[in-house]
Formats: sequence, C-alpha cells, structure tokens
Amino acid sequence: MALMLRNAHVIDPQVGLNETCDILIRDGKIVELGQDLEMPKGVERDLGGKVVVPGLVDIHVHLREPGYEYKEDIASGTRAAAHGGFTGVCPMPNTQPTTDNAMIVEYVKNQAEKDGKCRVYPSGACTLGLKGETLSEIGDMVAHGAVAFTDDGRGVQDSGMMRRVMEYARPFGKVVMSHCQDEALVGKGQINEGATSTKLGLQGWPAAGEELQIQRDIELSLLTGCPIHIQHISSARGLEMIRRGKADGIQVTCEVTPHHLFLDETNIGSDYNTYLKVNPPLRTAVDREELIKGVVDGTIDCIVTDHAPHAAHEKDREFEQAPFGMTGIETVLGAILTNLVRPGVISWERMVELMAVKPREILRLEPVKLAPGSVADLTVIDPDVEWDVTEDFYVSKSKNCGFTGAHFIGRATDVYVGGYATMEEGEIVE
Amino acid sequence: MTQANTMKTLVMDASEIERALTRIAHQILEANHGASDIALVGIVTRGDLLAKRLAAKIEKIEGAPVPIGKLDISFYRDDFATYFNPEVHSTQIDFDLDGRTVVLVDDVLFTGRTIRAALDALMDLGRPSCVQLAVLVDRGHRELPIRADFVGKNVPSSGNESVRLFLEETDGRSTVEIFELAPGAHMGAAPLQKGGEQ
Amino acid sequence: MGETKRAFPHRNLIDITEYSADDIMMLLQTAQRFREVNERRIKKVPTLKGYTVVNMFNEPSTRTRSSFELAEKRLSCDVMNFGGSSTSSVKGESLVDTVKTLCAYKIDLLVVRDKNAGAPYKVAQASGLPVIDAGDGKHQHPTQALLDLYTLWQQFGSLEGLKVGIVGDINHSRVCGSLVPALRTMGAHVTLIAPPTLLPPRPDVMGAHAVSHDLDAELPDLDVVYMLRVQRERLEGAPFPSMREYSMLYGMNEKRNELLRPGSVICHPGPVNRGVELDSFMTDHPERSLILDQVYAGVLVRMAALYLLLGGSE
Repeated sequence: MALMLRNAHVIDPQVGLNETCDILIRDGKIVELGQDLEMPKGVERDLGGKVVVPGLVDIHVHLREPGYEYKEDIASGTRAAAHGGFTGVCPMPNTQPTTDNAMIVEYVKNQAEKDGKCRVYPSGACTLGLKGETLSEIGDMVAHGAVAFTDDGRGVQDSGMMRRVMEYARPFGKVVMSHCQDEALVGKGQINEGATSTKLGLQGWPAAGEELQIQRDIELSLLTGCPIHIQHISSARGLEMIRRGKADGIQVTCEVTPHHLFLDETNIGSDYNTYLKVNPPLRTAVDREELIKGVVDGTIDCIVTDHAPHAAHEKDREFEQAPFGMTGIETVLGAILTNLVRPGVISWERMVELMAVKPREILRLEPVKLAPGSVADLTVIDPDVEWDVTEDFYVSKSKNCGFTGAHFIGRATDVYVGGYATMEEGEIVE
Repeated sequence: MTQANTMKTLVMDASEIERALTRIAHQILEANHGASDIALVGIVTRGDLLAKRLAAKIEKIEGAPVPIGKLDISFYRDDFATYFNPEVHSTQIDFDLDGRTVVLVDDVLFTGRTIRAALDALMDLGRPSCVQLAVLVDRGHRELPIRADFVGKNVPSSGNESVRLFLEETDGRSTVEIFELAPGAHMGAAPLQKGGEQ
Repeated sequence: MGETKRAFPHRNLIDITEYSADDIMMLLQTAQRFREVNERRIKKVPTLKGYTVVNMFNEPSTRTRSSFELAEKRLSCDVMNFGGSSTSSVKGESLVDTVKTLCAYKIDLLVVRDKNAGAPYKVAQASGLPVIDAGDGKHQHPTQALLDLYTLWQQFGSLEGLKVGIVGDINHSRVCGSLVPALRTMGAHVTLIAPPTLLPPRPDVMGAHAVSHDLDAELPDLDVVYMLRVQRERLEGAPFPSMREYSMLYGMNEKRNELLRPGSVICHPGPVNRGVELDSFMTDHPERSLILDQVYAGVLVRMAALYLLLGGSE
C-alpha cells in the first residue's frame, strides 16, 4: 500500500527542510521526498497550500482510563489528540487504579491498540498510589513499555524519596518527570497568590511552592545523575532556575502549557470561571511574558497541554469545590500558530522542535524525521484557516477548555500515524 | 427615556390655587366645628406642602396652630413591582394620631390608589378617630371606592393626560397644568426639582 | 427628567466593588427611612407582600440569618430558611441542583451564605434571580460592610476622610473583603493593623491605604477602631503563638483606651470573644462602643437592600 502526498510544504529542522515537495510513503515509512515523484500504484492526495511536519507528540495528557471513563477514555482522548493534530501522547499515571505497575501499563497499551487513534506512550507512577511512600516497580513497567515516571498531580513531597526515585530510575535510561508542588506551602491554594486571590477571597497558591521543588529536583538531578523533566512550568523564577541548571550542564528539561503562555490570573474574574482553575495556577502577566521568552530562547523544551478532562457537573460547581485542570489538546496547535508562529515570535521550525522533535527526545523515543526510512507519523496543517473555538468542535468527552471562544488562524487538517490517516480534512477516520 | 410630555392646558393659576385653599380651610373648620381635634397630614411630594399652606390659613382664621405632618407612602404602594422610584422620602408625624380627626391632604385625586396606600400607612402609625380627605384637584377616573371630602376644583381629564400641581416652594411657580402624556410615561406627580425637599 | 421608572442600577448585592458611592449612599438613605419604620409601634410595612425570599445558609450562622429574617418579615415577605443538616451538600446534591430545586418553588430572591467564595455568583447564575451575598468563604460580606457604613455615617455624619483602623484576622475576613473597598469608595482612609500572618497577600488590591503591625502607634490617629473577631475555627496552622500574645499585641482594652482621642469609636462585627480582641471595658463602653448600633443597622440595611433589589423587578 503506497501513499503519495503531493505539493506539501514540508518543514523539518532535523533535516533542514522548508520547501514544497512530494512525499512517498510505503508500508508505514517515508520512502522518498522530492519533486514530481512517481508512484506506480496507490493513493494520491494533493496537499497544496498545506504544511507537513513530523507528527506532533504531547507528553503530558490525562486520558483518565482506567477509572474515570466518564471524563475521558483512551478511545475519546486519542481521538481528541488526533483532532488536535497529534500522532502520539504520553498519558499520566493518576488513573484509578494508579498506573503504578506493569499490569496497568499493559492495560493502557492494549486499550490504545484496540481503540486508539494515536500512539500512546504510557508513563508510570514513581511511587505506589502516588503516595510518595514506596517505590513502584519501575523496572517491570519499563519492561512492559512505560516511557517515563512521574507522580503528576501531586509530586513527590519528601526530598529523600525523590532522591531514591531518581537514583533507582537512572539505570533504566528513562526520564523522571516532576510535578512541582510543595504541599506544606501550597495547602488548599486555589489560584496564584496575589492580586486576584485577594480580590476573590480565594486561598493563594504561591509560586514559591513550585519553585522550591524545581530547585530541589535540579539539585537532585545533579546528585543522582538522573535526567529530570520539570512539568508544566508556570513562573518566571522557576524558568530562571532551569535556565541556570541548563547552563550548569545539569540534565534538566521542561515543558509549558498553552494556558500558562496565553492566559494569566487576570482572566479569572468575579464569575469564578472554574475552567481557569488549573494546577499549577495561572500566574501573572509578567510570568506569562517570561515563559514566552523561554519558549523563544530554548529554555523551555516543549509544549504540552496537560489535557485534563473533567465532566461538566464537576466543573459546574463552587470554585473551591471544582477540580483542577483544563482540556487543550484540540486547541493547542491553533493557539501556538496564532499567538507565536503567525506574529513571528517563533519560526515554524521552532514550533516543530517544541511540539514534535523535543517531546520524542525527552521520552527517549525514535525520532520521526521528514526523511526516507523514517516512520510516517505526519501532521498536516492548514496555516491559513480561520476558526472560532466552539464547544461543538471538541471530540473529547469533556469541554472544560479555557480557550473556548477564541479565534485562531491555522489548525491540523490531516494526521498520519504509520502511514495511515487518523484524521482527514478535519474528520477523524474511523 | 420617553419623550418629554407637552403642556396642554393651564387649569389653575397661583391666585386660583390660593382661593381654593382658603375655601377648603373654611370648609374643614365648618365640617369639624372648629380646629380643636384636627391634624393635617400631607402626602409627599406636594400634599405635604399644601397641608402647610392649609394649616397657615386655618391658624389665621382660628388663631391657634394646627398640628401638621407629612406621610410618605413608598412602602405602601401597590405598583412596587412595576413602577419603582428608589427615592424614598421621610414620614414625619410628631403628634399622636390616636383619637384625632386627620385630614389627609393631596394634590390630585385620580385612581384613588395613592389614598388607599396613605390610609394603610396612616393606620400603621396610630388610630385616628376619623380620616377626611382634602384634594386641590379631582380629575376623576377612580379605580377604588374613594371620594374626597374637600375638593378645590373638579377637572375633567382623559386617560392619556396627566394633571399636575406645581408649587412655588419646589417648582418656582404655582399652577395646575394638564399634560399630554408621551407613550409609556408615568401618570404620577411631577418629579421634584433636585434639592426641592430635605 | 425622572419621567421613566428609575429602578436601582443593581440586581444583585454580591460584590460591593460594583457599587458606586452614589449607589451606597442611596442604600444608606433608604436604610434611614426604614429606621422610621423600625421605631414605630407597628414595625412592619406591606411592601414585599407576596414575595418569597429564601435564606439559603449552607454554613452555620445565627446572627446574620436572624437579621435577614427580621428584615424580610418587617417587609412582609414570605421567608423560607433553607440550610443546616438537611441541605443538599450533605446528601451529595450539587449547589446548582439545589438552587434549581428551590427555584421550582417560584421564589423571588435568594440570600446566600456559603463556605465557598463565589458561591452567590453561582447561585445568581443558576437561578436567574436577584441574590444577596450573606457571606461567601473569605471573599465578601457586603451587608455587613453596609451596616458598618450606616453606623459610622450616623455617628460621624459623613464617611469622607474618616480614619478607620481594622485590626485582626484580615486575611480570613470576608467582612474586610467588602468593608475595606466600600470604605475606600466612600472616601475613608483605611489602615489594616495585624501581624503579617493575618494579612492578605495584597492589602493594596483589597483597598487599604496603609498597613501596620503596631496598634499602639496607630490608635491616636484613628476615628474608628474596627476590631475583627479572632476566628478560632479558621486558624489553621496557627498564625500567631497564643491568644494571650494576640491579646497583648492586638487586643483593645482599658489601657489602650487611653491612647484613643475623644470621639473615637469601637466597632466589631460580633460575636465578641471577650478578653481576646476586646475586653469588657471596651465592649460595653457607653460612648465608644457602637457594637449594638451595628446590630440594629443590620436590620435597616438589609431591609433597604431587599427593597431596592426587588423594586421594579417586573
């Protein structure tokens, strides 16, 4: 079975491509790129006016299966991922039961195999039940396909325990990803501690509660030699710590979400919009601007969504009672293209690095390149389509996205995973 | 905002108003055999001023002062849900109502609803032995079984007209005028000029 | 021209910062008229006959609820008290569902007390009805602020330029969430006096002009010393070492009374922890203590709020 993608504008900084050409795909792999390619037999698609990049990967999502299938499941979550232009995702282990053993890792893989619309690279919990007390069977989970370890949603509170996790994980060649939140300092914090928390009478979640653990984990990486990936960074000072850590040669990487880049605490008003209740919280405009600088200068390695689906009834509550998190996997590409690429803040190449190249690197996955021999995981983008984000756009089971109502320019129209289309012209291929 | 209402007819001028009040003062005294048990209570916002003028006249005739008070009926209105003016005026009655003959004083008697509200308000303040009603103008169109005991002038009017009293004290002129009402405008008393009261 | 109906420009009383100085003044003046009613033998007017008001108290409260109930009854409302152990949350019903259930009874206004900040807004959204916030989490308590303003207005004749010191647990105080911005709106000068552990992250955003940790230094300058209740139930993580030390540093007592200038007054939202924030000398001080005037003002401003929010509602 062969597939010919014609007249695509291919962009891949890994191979220095930024030009219009044809792509020939056979048996799930790219066979040839060039002008006026010939194909004896197969399907042809004209992608004139579209941009083709290596398939996007989101290394921080919540697929909620097993346990919270009413919010999202692997079938719906991977469809949402495909809809957003992704060829792969890394789901977090805060499922029920926790993905803290090989059996659940296998379950997630099997469900993805059976019902998935993109590749699923499971992460495993660092500690049993995310309790921060007992190491989980990291070795066994690696043997069954876990690609990274994290206690996302809580973070490992005890520094000694975190050291043990990193030391133990190091020989398996996997990254430890850290959700930084000092519970003693953050307590029941609801939103960033500052002007908005004062105005709305909500308990503050101080940035120091995040920064303390960022610095701690950088130090522990130095101590243990285990690579550390800082999840969903939200503050300017935290970013600066990472910048220094990198300069010191420490194996530290980090990610940022579109909501921490494009929204801040001033978006939370007296309507107490629970969709904007996220963890870590939206911080100040200054933090937001500094994070964008970090995206530009390379301190921030990748864009993730922390796609966190919650049922309508869970978010339609008092702010303090509503759960943390917003969805975003279907809107992130539009947000990045509109707010960063189109105005020239970053190049298309940098976008590809942030959303396709670096995510694979951090998870130690095979790179996907627009080059012969590479796996044909591809994202096709219409760079000029203008669209309004409406609730009926979402294919996710949950609609708790803070970007609903936004106007974006550009989005994914087609996605190929191993040469097979998972989305064609905006529609999920079933 | 509705369009401004337009004046149609001048019904009474200052001297006519004065003459009518003088007559009413005499009628009140005659009907009650003097002023000994009488108190005047004017309904804000103009009945209270008329009551003041009436009291002065009665005092001149009788040589002794008559207690006067003013009554705000905002909390007793029956159109609270539909027509609402958040400006509340003061009720001020510094004498005991119990056992007295109270003469309620208002500017224009129309549907009778204001008087109904005033009667309820009055009853919550005490137990007068008798309540009488004096109005400067009766324009007809009653919606309740209420009539005035003392009337300055009967003025036939139609439903889309408003009959309004203006007084020197608050409005800079003393007249009774008929207005053609703009659609949707309120029928009630002319608004007080800012600072007219209190 | 005043020819059209001029309803009050607000439908809810949730966030006092949405009220202008004129709006607040109108409310206080209306409260003043209700004072006449409350001083009669028949302390009731038929204004809200046929209206049904629900007091939805999802958190225990005796004083505020009683005050609202009295205000409602003196306006001839039908009153339903909803809350306590029978409430929704105990049975797992969501706030939104509870509100929809109450609305099915064909009610006209909700008074909401809730432990969660922003709950009254949620109730207004879910019900489409006017809502009065009777205290939400540590956010706001607007009728408390209004009764305080009324009391001070009566005492001083004007709020402009009044020097007010608020002493105590400001960070956990919904009273401050409304009182501080409202005082600022009315032109008063507000100083927050507390240890740093009891101050909000941004006193300036709250509306304070100054912050102090030294009560003795501030007292000679103040017209009003507003003492907050030490909320034992909210003091997680012990923000001060002991009641003894708190009282020593931030309690108003007979000795500190000497520092006050003549004419200065003491306010307290109640209930008083005697011997902690106020000693009995100050609590019962015949000239200085306005505590009972505040309680009385509560009924008046709540009557005014109900009257203004429901007037012209059709």
